[in-house]
Amino acid sequence: MKKRRSPWAPLYLTLVLILMYLPIAVVVLYSFNANTSRFPTAFTGFSLQFYEALFRDTRGLLDSLWTSLILAACSCGIAMVIGTLGAIGMAGRKFRGQGAIETLSLLPIMVPEIILGMAFLAVFTAVGLKFGMLTLILAHVTFCTPYVFIIVKGRLAGMDPSLAEASRDLGASPVRTFFEITLPLIMPGVLSGVMLAFAMSLDDFVISFFVTGATTTTLPLRIYSSVRTGVSLQVNALCTLTLAFVAIVMAFKQLVVDRRANR
Amino acid sequence: MQENENMTEPRGERRRDLSSLVLSAPMITWTLVFVGATILYIVVLSFLKRSPDGFGVLPEFTLENYAKLFNANYARVFWNTIVLGLQTTALCVLIGYPFGYFMGRATKKWRTILMLLVIVPFWTNALIRVYGWRILLVGNGPINQGLMALGLIDRPLQLLNTHGAVLLGMVYALLPFMILPTYTSVEKMDWSLVDAGRDMGARPWKVFLTVTLPLTAPGLLTGCVLVFVPSLALFFMSDLLGGPSDLLIGNLVQEQLLQSRDWPFAAALSVVLLVLTSLIMFVYRRLGGKSTDISIF
Amino acid sequence: MSDNALLRLSGLEKSIEGTQILRGISLDVQPGEFVTLLGPSGCGKTTTLRIIAGLLSPDAGTVSLDGRDITNLVPEKRDVNTVFQNYALFPHMNVEKNISYGLRVRGVKKPEWQRRVAEMLRLVQLEGYEKRMPSQLSGGQRQRVAIARAVVLNPKLLLLDEPLGALDLKLRQQMQQELKDIQKRLGIAFIYITHDQEEALNMSDRIAIMREGQFEQIGTPEEIYEHPQTRFAAGFIGQTNLIEMDVQAVSEDGLTLAYGGASVPARRAEFPVQPGEKVALSLRTERIGYARTPLEACALPATLKSRHYAGGSMRAILKMETGREVLVLCQSAQRAEGEIGDRVYLSWNPAEAPVVR
Repeated sequence: MKKRRSPWAPLYLTLVLILMYLPIAVVVLYSFNANTSRFPTAFTGFSLQFYEALFRDTRGLLDSLWTSLILAACSCGIAMVIGTLGAIGMAGRKFRGQGAIETLSLLPIMVPEIILGMAFLAVFTAVGLKFGMLTLILAHVTFCTPYVFIIVKGRLAGMDPSLAEASRDLGASPVRTFFEITLPLIMPGVLSGVMLAFAMSLDDFVISFFVTGATTTTLPLRIYSSVRTGVSLQVNALCTLTLAFVAIVMAFKQLVVDRRANR
Repeated sequence: MQENENMTEPRGERRRDLSSLVLSAPMITWTLVFVGATILYIVVLSFLKRSPDGFGVLPEFTLENYAKLFNANYARVFWNTIVLGLQTTALCVLIGYPFGYFMGRATKKWRTILMLLVIVPFWTNALIRVYGWRILLVGNGPINQGLMALGLIDRPLQLLNTHGAVLLGMVYALLPFMILPTYTSVEKMDWSLVDAGRDMGARPWKVFLTVTLPLTAPGLLTGCVLVFVPSLALFFMSDLLGGPSDLLIGNLVQEQLLQSRDWPFAAALSVVLLVLTSLIMFVYRRLGGKSTDISIF
Repeated sequence: MSDNALLRLSGLEKSIEGTQILRGISLDVQPGEFVTLLGPSGCGKTTTLRIIAGLLSPDAGTVSLDGRDITNLVPEKRDVNTVFQNYALFPHMNVEKNISYGLRVRGVKKPEWQRRVAEMLRLVQLEGYEKRMPSQLSGGQRQRVAIARAVVLNPKLLLLDEPLGALDLKLRQQMQQELKDIQKRLGIAFIYITHDQEEALNMSDRIAIMREGQFEQIGTPEEIYEHPQTRFAAGFIGQTNLIEMDVQAVSEDGLTLAYGGASVPARRAEFPVQPGEKVALSLRTERIGYARTPLEACALPATLKSRHYAGGSMRAILKMETGREVLVLCQSAQRAEGEIGDRVYLSWNPAEAPVVR
């Protein structure tokens, strides 16, 4: 098939991409700003002052980052187990009411987040749970699980059913077949699901906003309050570091995980 | 027939049912408790009376929480939210569809690169990106200074804290949700149909309208749902970029919950939002969309 | 039916999602025998195989192996292995790990399984491929690995589900020979599924023709070819003209059939017939001829409708007086004489034209 190439296509793509990266570039640029005013609007020179301040952690940003990472790790760990088992259980034979359960389980990532946030706030209050890490983890597991579930289920659906049959045929028990054949083959799916869930957990602001306690502040919550009150550009420094990290992880995923999955 | 460990049917099929239930049990339980029961709770809450002291609820059935929605102020918030959502969706279609289209037609190498470029900002915290826009749009920020340096304006324009800024932030945050499904459907498309159309002498625009557009419509539809639904509740967007009149349903829920402490009313707002979303999903399914397409991105 | 059968299927029935796939099939397979299940897609071949492997359970009937009822035994406990249609090689294991999988599952120690894998690779002519991944192999090589993986366990019976279906013609013919050699060398009984009649004729000791969940006819390739009992069996193997005729008379020596206005002698039917019954005469395209005068004991007048060169033979189409068209494959151009529109006689030897029902 011959593709006719329009001269407008590269131009258009570049333009939109520039707009996409503009605010990010500004954040990165301003993280190196020498301007120390409280609402800095002009770039007055290069400086690493915000990075120094960040590592002295005068505003608890690194603390929040740490909180976010622990939260994401715990939630994704639980979501990985629940979601993967659920996907395996619901992949093959259907049981009664399975469709309803699946729809319900996908609800957290289909409806606007604020509904879940408000609902958790109300329920946790009613039950008398202390708001903090526990409530955050409960809420995050709820919206992380569907990501793992969907991706693993998709991977299972794409798996040749005769592989498991071949394993049984060659003398392996169902349990052995699961660990030797099924699990290794869905592993790339589990990994991408968990990575997606991890990113979503790290990024979540709306739900955390409602279920957090006075002493646990995740990074997005800290950024939100910083942005609203217009404080030091340490936030920019942290954002820049986060960006660099995300870029590295994405590159890693593209180069290692996906390549292995395609093999 | 000897019943032992090694027997399969007819017990085997039932056992497989059982093992799939056992495997799914944690997920089913979690879903029922944290999604099912939780949503049920706010539905119930939305029909309860607020206690006179303002903190807590009375176990009395009432419809007044829903009646309140017809109050002109609240109705306007709903209207604003929906208008903003539609504007956001329309702009995302206008900007995102050509992007996804061009991306789907690029060479394989470029497709991978473009995909990465679209996804990286998507994975960075939305608040950070909104923050970037704040820096850009602020009164004496780079955009105003640039325009003044070019002599196009004499005084800084009011860019921040406007409806336009909220719309910009929304479009910006949700654009990838339009680009990705469009791209997927363009990439999957059978281009020989377009060639056939051209072959029969149809003009490029005609071919686009009669072949390409209908074939990529599912992706476009998925994109619209993926943009419109979250746009209803991104309350931090109007917090950070909008002015006082740009109140959205999300802000209202937040305000009712945390300031007015009118939980039954906040619950009613959430239920309405939930019903609205479910309706959109229902229509989407009716039009042939798959729910997994919506949740995967 | 002998009592020392290796595998005995009796009265298997199976419905899947309300459709009856198997309608009571019975079959005995002797040790070391090569039996082919031949039939169009959807006839129940694969279902039968899956029931033997234990991947499906029959609704009725039994499967016994070596005199032991295994109808309800799980697949991993059966002394039967399968070569799957798409090979089902484990994509995350190399050739060595794939072949040794069954041995490792049984707890065979590494030096022992390595020795066996090497032996198998020699058998399927893949020495030196131990560390390759399945994705790095060609279709034919994957096929060999799949066979090695199944036979390394020394099963009494090997089930093969259209194992050559994905290969191109040339490779398929070569693999037919190799498979047959492996089977002879190891002395394992094979149950082989195919819808390719040529494959079935070339390889099998016996062929079971399947149709709509039943065996239409079971017999050696020669029996099936020379003595088909049904229109389906006659039509499925080789190329034939099935001419509908009425039985006029039945005698010790054979039948007399009525066709159009003429009477045609035919050999004895393999099944009981009564005068007045409708049967078909199977005229194999390569066993019949035509000429301006009758060539054999049986001849019917016809018109030469068309004639063209088809590689090693001539294809001629004759139009009978009843309007029925008959295809004739003449092995040499000399026998395919005549001009289009000529009056000729379609002739055949009654001994070579079976009567089928």
